[in-house]
Amino acid sequence: MIHLSAEPIEPALLMEAFTRDAAGAGAIVAFTGLVRGNDGNERIDELWLDHHERMTEQAVAEIAAAACDRFAIDAIKIVHRIGSVRPDEPIVFVAAAARHRRAAFDAVDYAMDRLKTDAPFWKRETRESGVEWIEARDKDHRDRARWKEHEQ
Amino acid sequence: MKLLFFGKLRDVAESASFERDIPADITDSEALRRWLGDNIPDLMHPGVSIALDDLIVRGAAPLAGVSEVAFLPPVSGG
Repeated sequence: MIHLSAEPIEPALLMEAFTRDAAGAGAIVAFTGLVRGNDGNERIDELWLDHHERMTEQAVAEIAAAACDRFAIDAIKIVHRIGSVRPDEPIVFVAAAARHRRAAFDAVDYAMDRLKTDAPFWKRETRESGVEWIEARDKDHRDRARWKEHEQ
Repeated sequence: MKLLFFGKLRDVAESASFERDIPADITDSEALRRWLGDNIPDLMHPGVSIALDDLIVRGAAPLAGVSEVAFLPPVSGG
């Protein structure tokens, strides 16, 4: 259901396997996040993801389980990169299978918003101007807050 | 006791982890933060969470029986 990968991930292959396993579903929604190669005019050469061996995996598993509890989906898959990721490479793949499309869209959207704010990943960018650790943006927290009003 | 540092903290601690004998009078997580903070001031930042054996604690939590302490800065967005 979830996997943290130190190796490059291949969304097409993941999608193929997920579709095969989700036989009988009426809808599959998949999202792939890519590393941007620039920020404005500045080139980004590498993104490096630090993680906690056990806590990060537990947090991602909890997000996947929460998406299953919350939306009428049959299955969800989350694959997230760790370690060194190059521009244009996939950094995250999330797919959900459901009987109807809305639940699948919502589950993927929800999982992505939570991955941005609740999963212990720390990102370090190597830019033209030097090395910089990234902090969560206000927008990520606003995106996460969209789901809070429905939480108990 | 094994100490783990993540994100920016691994740079300022100059290591992702190290073993350290903790003085007997350091009995809770906040006392440990202050003790290490003398050399690693970034640990004192209020956004830095502490996990004892993989469980995040709030406030001063006892260190008795704990084998690993992780210092976690705020997580990154995308």
